[in-house]
Amino acid sequence: MKYHQAIVIGAGLAGLRAAVELNQNNIKVAVLSRVHPVRSHSLAAQGGINAALRNHPRGKADSPEKHAFDTVKGSDYLADQPAALKMTQEAPLRIREMENWGCPFSRTHEGLIAQRPFGGAGYPRTAYATDKTGHVLLHTLYEKAVQLEQASERENFVFYDEYFVIDLVINEGRCVGVVAMEMASGKLEVFRADAVMFATGGPGRMYANTTNGLISTGLGMAIPYRHGVPLKDMEFIQFHPTTLYGSNILMTEGCRGEGGFLTNDEGERFLANYPDSAVAMEVSPRDITSRNMAKEMLAGRGIGGKNYLHLDLRHLGEKKIMARLPGIRDIAMNFAGVDPITEPLPVQPGQHYTMGGISTDENCATVLPGFYAAGECTCISVHGANRLGGNSLLETIVFGTIGGRAMAEYITTAGAAKKSKAFEEAEAKVEKELSEMEGRTEGESFAEIKETMENTMTEKVFIFRDEEQLNEALSTIQELKERFKRVAFPGSGGSRIFNFGLYNIMDLGANLDAAECVVAGALNRTESRGSHFRNDYPKRDDANWLKHTLCHLEDEHPRIEYGEVTMGLWEPKERKY
Amino acid sequence: MRKEYTFKILRYDPEKDRKPHYQSFPVPYQEGMTVLDGLLYIQYNLDGTLAFRNVCRAGVCGSCSMHINGRYRLACETQVSHVSRGSVVLRPMSNLPIAKDLISDMTKFWDKYRYIQPWLIAGKPAQENAEYTQSPDERANLDLIIDCTLCGICTQSCTVTATDEEYLGPAALLKAERFIADSRDSADFERLDLIDTEHGLWKCHTIYNCQLLCPKKINPTGSIKSLQRRIVHRYLAYNQPSGRD
Repeated sequence: MKYHQAIVIGAGLAGLRAAVELNQNNIKVAVLSRVHPVRSHSLAAQGGINAALRNHPRGKADSPEKHAFDTVKGSDYLADQPAALKMTQEAPLRIREMENWGCPFSRTHEGLIAQRPFGGAGYPRTAYATDKTGHVLLHTLYEKAVQLEQASERENFVFYDEYFVIDLVINEGRCVGVVAMEMASGKLEVFRADAVMFATGGPGRMYANTTNGLISTGLGMAIPYRHGVPLKDMEFIQFHPTTLYGSNILMTEGCRGEGGFLTNDEGERFLANYPDSAVAMEVSPRDITSRNMAKEMLAGRGIGGKNYLHLDLRHLGEKKIMARLPGIRDIAMNFAGVDPITEPLPVQPGQHYTMGGISTDENCATVLPGFYAAGECTCISVHGANRLGGNSLLETIVFGTIGGRAMAEYITTAGAAKKSKAFEEAEAKVEKELSEMEGRTEGESFAEIKETMENTMTEKVFIFRDEEQLNEALSTIQELKERFKRVAFPGSGGSRIFNFGLYNIMDLGANLDAAECVVAGALNRTESRGSHFRNDYPKRDDANWLKHTLCHLEDEHPRIEYGEVTMGLWEPKERKY
Repeated sequence: MRKEYTFKILRYDPEKDRKPHYQSFPVPYQEGMTVLDGLLYIQYNLDGTLAFRNVCRAGVCGSCSMHINGRYRLACETQVSHVSRGSVVLRPMSNLPIAKDLISDMTKFWDKYRYIQPWLIAGKPAQENAEYTQSPDERANLDLIIDCTLCGICTQSCTVTATDEEYLGPAALLKAERFIADSRDSADFERLDLIDTEHGLWKCHTIYNCQLLCPKKINPTGSIKSLQRRIVHRYLAYNQPSGRD
């Protein structure tokens, strides 16, 4: 059994930032990740990261308070205001720190970090590195972590690349470690730790049309959920307005921030025809833009009557596209055969982000002592019912830092986790589950369950929802969960070395659990707020629904409770842009 | 249009197989199908044990580099109809040990990355809550270089790496150039010393395979030549009579 004071699961931006913070607080830390750190999905973020840096000529009057207000308003008042303020106040410090560590941001003429306008923001406050902001942030943070790893003596900072975490170890009500599989050998390993953090990303793969990578299955949400940690506000799913038709690869909001147009079959900038987007037009918040795009397509004004619209960048000109959006051009040419310099891009809204997640307080602590969570897998909540573009990258580095610091304090006061029988028991339980999975070669089709889940979510739990469809979706997901118990391993078991059949099955089980919470939360919430829109309840209902959904796992299904929203400076008002 | 493709894949499970062998799978064709789509079809439907790395499926994470019908490419951004009319032949990177099937053991690749000290070594301490300034022109020196995803295709396609496994290779040398070219970094000489070695940058034979195959169209050969020029200039500056005492 290996021992580290702190273990961080996930080596994306939130996990790496937490590990750096733990190291700087003299805590011996290990980072476990199912993929090499630079493959983590944080890198797919394109457009940028928000902070009131005041570097843009039109951003001189910006402030963390204004940034917090935009965040809260964008959240349709479901965000916890003190947490949102905490994030925006720390934002400039964390972003400049990333710059100091080498992040190659794009620059203003004065040589400062460049900023661009983004949806729902009062000022141009989205710092960026062309359209590859996630990529450069992740590489920079990994470089910083490697520097600390190389400088560390006596294993103060250790990476376990390609370790697949399967379960938590809990002893006397405290999280004291994890059971993981070393993917290259297929061997189980038990890790003891004084505190554990999950920074494992979102569950977007429950949808057929998602921008998320293939590892975004919500496994890191399902594991603590099965140990009694509630999932919060799962019904709030962000649908990004512009994903590439066909593959649903992200086309950054930066395309519109830089001046791109959304047009319908008649070549018209249709956002002008809807009162909630008529003023801000293409830089309206994501929930509003996606809804109006969906309405436009339902009215038959999709391109050629099909289920997509045009994102037109041609008027920006070759020079600006090459300077600001080169990655978008590459992706569009490789995956859709379209060059945005000469042709408009075919786009449609697609699943992009989960506002909900593991319920934590504003220090990333959960109800389970010793267990912390940060990044997209959590719900603090700073995004409420709708996240602003550029706030997710920000959440990772701010709350990675805060969570790492909180863990360090916890470890100092709670002391070392004792050895106990819980470790052997947890390993034995995992071993039994794995043997069952790989031994079952006859049974329900893995591919069929996965595909049915994805299509159900896309068809019935998408931008416009109603009771009938949600009821149907809930019974389908529950039926799939039953079938999943008899899921067959595709082909025959084989050795455990890089056995993706096992990982896929564990991912699918987790994705179903997360999907059930999304549907159950959406069915209960008889109002429309942020990204959650009910055709049968089209108005926001603060009297009854200004509250957080909390899903507890009970008898295999979510039992829903509600929690208070922490208000602050701003009373709920109608959102107007 | 073809209804079915054959995926011929090099299989190797170190626990079961004495040596690698090819196995063929039938894959139904759909318009726009990528090599990664085909691999996922096999893994989900036919053989869950088939091993290959994948994350983003959008050409940005660098996981799925492999040898596809005659050259190294990313499986996710390669359409099957662009490489073949009926069969897709896949094997892992060849200059690294096979961990399983299409997965290479990249330990050696990451060791070389670590060797060049891939982090910013700034000349002056940062001010509290302030960025180092860098002009747009200085920042432009980093264009393209910073797009590197460390997919490893350049190093795998490098014929020098094939004959000298200690050679640092294009990816690590490009990373060295990324910091040396950064106006904020001040450790040029230390880094040049690290790569001015027997298995360092002089091993480059200017074959340009790395540039030809880079999925991000980066030019590592150009960066290596630029680093060589820096070393020559440094040598000349310090070895002329009018140089130092």
